Amino acid sequence: MAELTRSEVAHVAKLARLTLSDEELDLFTVQLGKILIHAQDMSALDLSELLPTAHPFGLVNVLRADEVRPSLDRDVVLAEAPDAHEGRFAVPRILGEAP
Amino acid sequence: MTTALSIARDVNAGERSASSVLAASLAIVAARNEELNVFLHVDYEGATAMAAAVDERVAQGLNAGPLAGVPIAIKDNMCQTGIPTTCSSRILDGWRPPYNATVIDRLIAAGAVPVGKTNLDEFAMGSSTETSAFGPTRNPLDPTRVPGGSSGGSAAAVAAGMTPLSLGSDTGGSIRQPAALCGVVGMKPTYGLVSRYGLIAFASSLDQIGPFAATVTDSALLLEVIAGHDPRDTTSLPEPSPVLVAHVNDGVAGKRIGLVRELVEGADEDVVNAVNSAAEALRAAGATIVELSIPELRLGLSAYYLIAPAEASSNLARYDGVRFGLRVNGDDVTAMMEATRTAGFGAEVKRRIMLGTYALSAGYFDAYYGQALKVRTLMIDAFRRAYDHVDLLLGATTPSVAFAFGAKSHDPMAMYLSDVFTIPTNLAGEAAISVPFATGEAGLPIGVQILGPGRSEAQLFAAARVLEIADGRP
Repeated sequence: MAELTRSEVAHVAKLARLTLSDEELDLFTVQLGKILIHAQDMSALDLSELLPTAHPFGLVNVLRADEVRPSLDRDVVLAEAPDAHEGRFAVPRILGEAP
Repeated sequence: MTTALSIARDVNAGERSASSVLAASLAIVAARNEELNVFLHVDYEGATAMAAAVDERVAQGLNAGPLAGVPIAIKDNMCQTGIPTTCSSRILDGWRPPYNATVIDRLIAAGAVPVGKTNLDEFAMGSSTETSAFGPTRNPLDPTRVPGGSSGGSAAAVAAGMTPLSLGSDTGGSIRQPAALCGVVGMKPTYGLVSRYGLIAFASSLDQIGPFAATVTDSALLLEVIAGHDPRDTTSLPEPSPVLVAHVNDGVAGKRIGLVRELVEGADEDVVNAVNSAAEALRAAGATIVELSIPELRLGLSAYYLIAPAEASSNLARYDGVRFGLRVNGDDVTAMMEATRTAGFGAEVKRRIMLGTYALSAGYFDAYYGQALKVRTLMIDAFRRAYDHVDLLLGATTPSVAFAFGAKSHDPMAMYLSDVFTIPTNLAGEAAISVPFATGEAGLPIGVQILGPGRSEAQLFAAARVLEIADGRP
C-alpha cells in the first residue's frame, strides 16, 4: 500500500473538523504512517472467503411498545448547552447572509 | 483492607454504619489524592446523603442491599446526574449529565455509595492515564510509575485502599491492564452483559463496563449487581444477571485450560514465569493444562487499531460545541465546530479520530476497515475452535509490570503494544479476567489473564479464585 502523505493527513484533518499546525501535520504523518505499516500484516492475507464482523453478536432492531413515556426535561438539557435560545440549541449563523 | 462483602454484611447487621465506612474511605482519599490524582471529583455531599439513606433503611429494619454502605469509585466516562463527567477531556468542560448511567442506578439500588469520579486516559484512549487532560494518575504501589489505563484512576482507587470497589470500562484492555499494573482484580465481562446506557461511547462494538476489586469474590459480587438486561441498551443481552458469588469456590477440577503461546510471547521473563507458575497452580487444583497456539491472535492489534479508531471517529463527531461542554466561537458554524474540536481534544484523541477517519474514507475503506472486520471474523472463529478443545485459556495480561512515566508516551505504537494480550477478547466480544499472581521487577505485581467464551464469567471467577488462594490470599 502506498505511503501516507502529508497532504492526505491534511485532507483527513479537514474531514474530521480539526485544525492541525505544521508541526502536528509532520508528527501525525509519521505516527499514523507507522500504525498503518503495522496494519499491513493484515493486508497480506487472503480473506476473500470470510464475511466481515462489525459487531460481536450481530445487531438486531430492538423495538419497544409505542407508548408515551417521560423523557429528559428540555430546560435541564438546554441548561448544559453552550448556548440556547427560546427552547432550542443556538449556533452561529449557518446561511451566508450579509451581517 | 475490609472487603465489600464484609462491609455490606456488617452494615446490614447494624454493626457498622454506612456513614462511618464512608468517612474512613474519604479519609484515605484526603490523605492520598493530591499525590496520586485518582479522583477528578469527589462527591462529598451526594455520597454523605446516600450513606445516610442506607443507614436509615437499616434503622427501619430493611435490608439495604448486597452492597449496603460500600463506597465505590466510578470511572469518569459514566454519567451520574448532577456531578461533572469529563472523560478527562477539556471538550466536556463543565458538563453535568442530566441522567444516570444504568450502572449508577443499579449501584444505588444495591446500597452502594458512589464517592466520586476517577481519572482516565482522555476518552479512554490510552494505556497509562498520561493522555488525561487533568494530569496522570500515579501508581499507588510506586508513584514513579503509571497505573496503566485507560481506567487507571479506578484501578488506583482500589489499590490505594480508597474504595474497596470501582467501575471501569474495557475497550481493548482498559480494565485488565491497569488491574494488572496496580495489583487488583479486573474483569472484562461478555459484550452485552452490562448495560452501556450512560457510558460515554468510545468504540461501541467493543466497549464494556466491568468491575475492579481487591478480591475475586468482591469482583463477582459487583458484577452480579451491575449485570443483567437493560431495555435502554439495544446491545444488552436478553437475560437476567448471572449467579456468580455462589460459584466462586467451584474450583477448576476437571477443567481443561489452554496455555496460549501467543498470550505470553514477547512478555518479560518475570511475567512468563508468573504465567507458568499459574498454570502449575491450576494443574495442582485439578485442571488439565494444554499448551496450544492460536496464531490469529497476533493480528488482533492491527485489527483493533483500525476498528476502534473508526468507531471513535464516528462517536466523537458529536462533540461539535452545539449541545454540551466546550464551545470556541468562530465566524460561522463550521469554524465554530473546528475551533471547538481543535481546542477541546488532546493529541491522542486527535490521532485516533484522524486514523479512524482515514480508515473509513473513500479509497481506503475496503483495504483497511473492511479487512480489519474480516480479521475480526477470523479471530472469533479461532477462539471458537480453541473452545472446542478447552474450557478456558490462560496467558499474561500485559507484557511487563508497571512502566515509568514517559517510557512510552512519545511513541504511540509502543504504547499500543501494552494491550496486545487483552485486545483479542474485545474483538470477539468474550470475557476475561486479570488476577494478581506473583510479583516481578522491583516487587511490582503481575497480572495473569484467564479468558473464556461468552457467558463464562462464573468459570473465570472460579479459576481466578484458585490462583488467588495459591498466591497466598485465602
